[in-house]
Amino acid sequence: MNIMTETALESAVNDKMNGTPNETIKMRGRKVCVFYGEKQALFDVDLDVRENQVTALIGPSGCGKSTFLRCLNRMNDTIDSARVAGKITLDDEDIYDPKIDVVELRARVGMVFQKPNPFPKSIFENVAYGPRIHGLARKKGDLDEIVETSLKKAGLFNEVKDRLHEPGTGLSGGQQQRLCIARAIAVSPEVILMDEPCSALDPIATARVEELIDELRQNYTIVIVTHSMQQAARVSQRTAMFHMGYLVEEGETDKMFTNPDDRRTQDYITGRFG
Amino acid sequence: MTDIPLNGIANGTVARPRRDIGLKRRYAAERRFRIYGVLAISVGIVFLAVMLVTIIGKGYTAFWQTTATLPITFDANVIDPENKRATDPNVLITANYPKLAENALMAKLGINPDDKVAARKLKGFLSDGARAQLRTMVTDDPSIIGTTRNVEILVAANIDSAFKGQIDLSVDESRRKVSDQQVTWMKQLAAEGSLAEHFNKGLFTFGASSRPETSGMGVAIIGSFYMMVIVLLLALPIGVAASIYLEEFAKKSRLTDLIEVNINNLAAVPSIVFGLLGLSVFINFLGLPRSAALVGGLVLTLMTLPTIIIATRAALAAVPPSIRSAALGLGASKMQMVFQHILPLAAPGILTGTIIGLARALGETAPLLLIGMVAFVADRPATPLEPSTALPVQIYMWANEAERAFVERMSGAIIILLIFLMAMNITAIVLRRRFERRW
Repeated sequence: MNIMTETALESAVNDKMNGTPNETIKMRGRKVCVFYGEKQALFDVDLDVRENQVTALIGPSGCGKSTFLRCLNRMNDTIDSARVAGKITLDDEDIYDPKIDVVELRARVGMVFQKPNPFPKSIFENVAYGPRIHGLARKKGDLDEIVETSLKKAGLFNEVKDRLHEPGTGLSGGQQQRLCIARAIAVSPEVILMDEPCSALDPIATARVEELIDELRQNYTIVIVTHSMQQAARVSQRTAMFHMGYLVEEGETDKMFTNPDDRRTQDYITGRFG
Repeated sequence: MTDIPLNGIANGTVARPRRDIGLKRRYAAERRFRIYGVLAISVGIVFLAVMLVTIIGKGYTAFWQTTATLPITFDANVIDPENKRATDPNVLITANYPKLAENALMAKLGINPDDKVAARKLKGFLSDGARAQLRTMVTDDPSIIGTTRNVEILVAANIDSAFKGQIDLSVDESRRKVSDQQVTWMKQLAAEGSLAEHFNKGLFTFGASSRPETSGMGVAIIGSFYMMVIVLLLALPIGVAASIYLEEFAKKSRLTDLIEVNINNLAAVPSIVFGLLGLSVFINFLGLPRSAALVGGLVLTLMTLPTIIIATRAALAAVPPSIRSAALGLGASKMQMVFQHILPLAAPGILTGTIIGLARALGETAPLLLIGMVAFVADRPATPLEPSTALPVQIYMWANEAERAFVERMSGAIIILLIFLMAMNITAIVLRRRFERRW
């Protein structure tokens, strides 16, 4: 028992050690402000997203964490009244630069939404759609391969390999969300944004997705918005705490959860408000 | 209240008195509402049933027509008494064809050809349509002159009505349109089997005519068909394109609000106003031909556009935003999002709106009256530029006639129009069901 615990701890420490050496900053937000019409939703947020790490955004409802996430692939552009100020870079390129094509940006920064939203098409078509519109598959065989590897990476392939041509909407909620993840992976993005990906899932499906997130970290940079403290603690390497549109605190997850600098973070994590 | 204390209800505690939360009143209100509903639906069903029974009762006979099968001798002495047909082609056109039919009828009834009184009474027995029918036979094939053929000849409308039992024969002879002598002949021919009712093909092929037995909806059906095609080809693409632009691409501004209000208003504009617009723009200004199905189609397109645009916009707006986010999040362009995801999902709604719009256009009469489609058109139009009428207009024209046979045809035309409309609406429902299942 004792030995087991020690080994587990050791491996956990090793994991963390192995997980942290890459400190390259993939995306950088500086003085990001977002307005919805007259109302300001985000105030001067400075936040970095490190490569091949999971960054969790936490905070009470309406604190601006989803708004910030949606800035990272300019999904806020689709809201007529939304306006973004400040600077966000991807590999040191300003993504709000007029020269940057938003379609190309979204091919590099994929997104998984709160509610599983597969297209009302077959499982295959769901995954193949992205590669197809971006011309990633030259031959029919390429497409099959992309679909298969994406589904495998999303841990869904074995469950659906016999019914690739059945509608994606017929899967269970957890499977649908993994299908959406597979769909996002299929475009080979560099960053994957996840907006409360488990909020509509049961605990078992949640555990499955969390495992998946941990695996995906090897190849992708992940930013995840979550309402679950435990989830943030389990999957992320770094955590950012938002409150009332301000970034309260940002740092390594371990430190945030054990010894936060800010009183509000501590209160929120311990469940005193939120 | 109960002897056995359950679930921790302690002994000695008094059962809480039941509050009056107005349950009785609430259920009574619901019952009343249900009764109103049933009443409203029953009234509707009664009126529908009365309408259908009246129309079908009056109209089903229009689908049968009485004809007399007569052995007609194409007598050269009657057709061409001076034997000039080789040199003068007009002879075959102006020949006295009704005489041929009359002779055949007299022979059949055993009347002496010299009996002038009987001959006069016989005049109104056969339809004058026999002239055109026999002329066509001879001009198509002049070699039949001199031979005898069995030909089905339409009887006059009054004889047809009498044969169908629609004329009250107990009325004094001088006050009805069929004489006793004609009734006797009718019965004689019927007994021999040469007078009989057949399916009325003419109802679907003939054009306008002053004689009921030779008038039909042929021109109206073709006219309505042309107009539907024109409306479909113009209103569907224009309407869908306009809706997509307004709903998906246009920035919301005061201008788009104004356009939206105007589209909704246009949908409520009385159709006769569209007729006036068509008259002044398409006929007076652009100089398109009067009474043409093309103009009718254009006017009905204008009238149908708002309906299609409203239905399409509603269908587009009903596609869940999550699908839009999913497509955009994958890096689809706006155009790809609209055409590959939104439009297919909105298609059932668009189809339904279009078919309902078309059905409305098919039944529209007022604007067509103004652009001259209420006309006496005897020949079937070969192109949409030639004069034609439309189904509802044909009904309107027949409704103005007094004869029993026209009333019957009017009801028959209504039945056909209703069948068309019902078929279109059923198609809309079937399509919607079918596509929605995939969603």
